[in-house]
Amino acid sequence: MTVLGLDLGKYAAFILPAYGLTAGFFVWIIAASLTTSRRWRLEAERLQAEKDAGNR
Amino acid sequence: MTLPRALDFLAVPERFMAVSTWLAPALGALAAALIGAGLWTGVSAPSDYQQGATVLIMFIHVPAAWLSMFGYICLAGASFLSLIFRHALADAAAKACAPLGAGFTALALATGSLWGRPMWGAWWVWDARLTSVLVLLLFYLGYIALRASIEDEGRAGRAAAILALVGAINLPIVHFSVNWWNTLHQGASVFRPGGPTLALVYLIPLLLIALGYMAAFGSLWLVRIRAELWRRRARVLSLQAAGR
Repeated sequence: MTVLGLDLGKYAAFILPAYGLTAGFFVWIIAASLTTSRRWRLEAERLQAEKDAGNR
Repeated sequence: MTLPRALDFLAVPERFMAVSTWLAPALGALAAALIGAGLWTGVSAPSDYQQGATVLIMFIHVPAAWLSMFGYICLAGASFLSLIFRHALADAAAKACAPLGAGFTALALATGSLWGRPMWGAWWVWDARLTSVLVLLLFYLGYIALRASIEDEGRAGRAAAILALVGAINLPIVHFSVNWWNTLHQGASVFRPGGPTLALVYLIPLLLIALGYMAAFGSLWLVRIRAELWRRRARVLSLQAAGR
């Protein structure tokens, strides 16, 4: 089997899932890390703004 | 006890936030460049005379396996600093590190299984290397589960840190398992006395991708520590708001 000009031969059924899993892992861990960080930053900023408004 | 001055930026959350603001994206960009260059040189390498095209799996499996151990060294190191110096940042670093390490360990096991099936004729064998890496994954998962199961965050951090340090005993077992026991898994071919036995045509892309994985790990670790510090800040603010 040839993929992107690479002849993977009879091992394509093992190589492609390995690369697919790796790509999927990186997409998931990057997305999860960035969204979690953004969510908590916005939450902390919202609570800080509420606190500052209450102190005025 | 106080931290040595060289580790000052790890002890002051404000300084850590300032440094990580630019360091995390810089490491992310470096990771993308290194992994891209490694894959480019890797797919240009000829098929191995024994393993055929499955040698391509080596470029993603071996760095994941190295990162599974490097991640645990980081987890144990941060746990040690957290226990001894009682630094909140070290505790946040340990907590942020565990899911990353678990992910790379699971990835190493999965890609190893996909490499093992065509080469060994089995998806899994209970040999010393595979079993000790599975134990490593269980230590990561145990750490995450223990932290989640104790409501008091201080107690949870200390209990999980002790577990992480106990689990560090497994690291030399993972590394030397291929020397201590007869295993199906091949022995070390890069980090070994006498230098690497791997041909340069495979060694260069492997090292490029491994450095890329390490940069990605560093970048994601910083992002996750920042998330944990924001979460703690939000928790303090919400408790203050509830007390008003």
